Amino acid sequence: MSSMHPQLIDWLIIALYLAFVIGIGYALKRFMRTSTDYFLSGRSIPAWVTGLAFISANLGAQEVIGMAASGAKYGMATSHFYWTGAIPAMVFLGVFMMPFYYGSRARSVPEYLKLRFDEKTRAFNAVSFACMTVFSSGISMYAMGLLLNLLLGWSFDFSVLVCAGIVLVYVSLGGLTSAIYNEVLQFFLIVFGFAPLVYIGLKDIGGWTGLRAALAEVATSQGFAPGAWTHTWAIMGSSQANPMGVEWFGLAMGLGFVLSFGYWCTDFLVVQRAMAANSMLAARRTPLIAALPKMLFPFLVIVPGMIAIALTHHAGAGFALPAKAGGALNYDLAMPLMLIHYFPTGMLGVGLAALLASFMSGMAGNVTAFNTVWTCDIYQAYIRPSAGDRHYLLMGRLATLFGVALSVGAAYLAARFNNIMDLLQLLFAFVNAPLFATFLLGMFWKRTTGHGAFTGLLAGTLGAAIHHGLSLPVGSAPGVKGGWLVLLHTYPSEMAQNFWTAIVAFATCFCATILVSLATRARSEQQLEGLVYPLAGGAQMQAQPWYERPAVLGVAILTAAALLNLVFW
Amino acid sequence: MGLDIRLPVGIFFTLLGALLVIFGWAGDQGIYQRSLGINVNLKWGVVMLVFGVVMWALAHFSRDKHDRR
Repeated sequence: MSSMHPQLIDWLIIALYLAFVIGIGYALKRFMRTSTDYFLSGRSIPAWVTGLAFISANLGAQEVIGMAASGAKYGMATSHFYWTGAIPAMVFLGVFMMPFYYGSRARSVPEYLKLRFDEKTRAFNAVSFACMTVFSSGISMYAMGLLLNLLLGWSFDFSVLVCAGIVLVYVSLGGLTSAIYNEVLQFFLIVFGFAPLVYIGLKDIGGWTGLRAALAEVATSQGFAPGAWTHTWAIMGSSQANPMGVEWFGLAMGLGFVLSFGYWCTDFLVVQRAMAANSMLAARRTPLIAALPKMLFPFLVIVPGMIAIALTHHAGAGFALPAKAGGALNYDLAMPLMLIHYFPTGMLGVGLAALLASFMSGMAGNVTAFNTVWTCDIYQAYIRPSAGDRHYLLMGRLATLFGVALSVGAAYLAARFNNIMDLLQLLFAFVNAPLFATFLLGMFWKRTTGHGAFTGLLAGTLGAAIHHGLSLPVGSAPGVKGGWLVLLHTYPSEMAQNFWTAIVAFATCFCATILVSLATRARSEQQLEGLVYPLAGGAQMQAQPWYERPAVLGVAILTAAALLNLVFW
Repeated sequence: MGLDIRLPVGIFFTLLGALLVIFGWAGDQGIYQRSLGINVNLKWGVVMLVFGVVMWALAHFSRDKHDRR
């Protein structure tokens, strides 16, 4: 396969980017005086900045590489991760949930759980979340190491250590502010780096019409209807009719409701960005502002994958995805190979810097969430409760160091699954899917108790694990893919299995939480003031003119997302 | 907090855009075969340059306003 041959100018551009990333960290160092500065940016950041950081923190390897890979593998239906999944969840977070996160003055999502429920619910969430961030960042780093090795000939160890080192420097210097500011820079770089690729790629293949015609060949050659790569809902009637192997109910419930809401509304990695906003209104607007560009991301990250698979099937196009050892195509290379194919030196440097930016923003997002949860919810809560603020600031910096070190360790463990996305979905399904049931009940039903929430979380996680142990995607051997208890059900695809695992986890947690809550004593209403919807209290909004209300913006965003679903039906 | 993020973003894209514009304008024109004959360095460089200057200017003028107060 062709590897990149960056010239002097490409290296100059990459060096310029790295200099700015570290420079921002240095410039912010003198503002990091207290632990609040370090973990919450002193709650001083305007909404458009936190909004862009909100998207960027999630814009790691799984997004750029994984979404292009899924675009090649599944086609336009990958946009369900945005238009059916992320957008409605982000609107729900901004309109309904943010008042309680921000209004409670909690420093983290686990800390909110402590205020709303009890210590054990927080501990469970804090520990599982800390593990998950380390894993996610390890996966991201693994993908990066592999890619840089392939493209630039750097050794895996060198790539991992250099990128981890840079993230370590700028996060430990400037804390969350540095991560957020860099995420804004990275956001723009990613958009500017990939946008011309979409334009040139589409022009090459004859526009959307040409792409549709080319993808019809891809679809029919694999036994699907011609539109299987270009429609989103029309092909969801049965799991046999689309390459994802899912049907509309599993998709809408599993991805659209449980997984997306579980991720976007409860994952501290993204919620932390909104918590750093400078006012309640800014905090609520953060996910809404993020939703606007997020809605257009399928065109930026999925369409290049679709073009890549179309070119691969088109003999004489001069581009083909390479096959892996087993014979299957290496979809993960769709995005980087498209960059090499279309970008001349110069723009290639920008594309490569954008790729590095996506790896770093994802890693930094995980690291900042990890250092906060470790310091505030594990160290301060259970190991050393009453030290001075300087001590926690120092601990935050140390946590950044060993968070990065643990991620590097995790990177070496992350080599099992074909598609990075599937592994992440599996992790989210176990840890996050039951969590949304807990938040939904906790925020909107004041009768929910700490015992109920904790039992529900355990039951939900267990439910997810048992369901995974009883089912298997078609064509897989029992083991890490499922079926390790007894094989009761075979799913048409790994994604379908993941969606249903999430649905089972959510339902189990929801029922168990209600049952145990009803059997245990509720907290008094005074203790729940400002923490639950029926007792909004201080979290109640001041009146704004109608056009400034988050709900109005939310409805506009949902309408736009619905239109996109219709256009690509 | 302290630093206006539009300033580093503005400076970064101004430098990046300028670099690409110069390279696209003065550099080897034979390399654009792969981008379908489009001089993507020059054209996209101009876009990034404009974006960078606008961000830089926004940061600059909002600081002036702040100083006067």
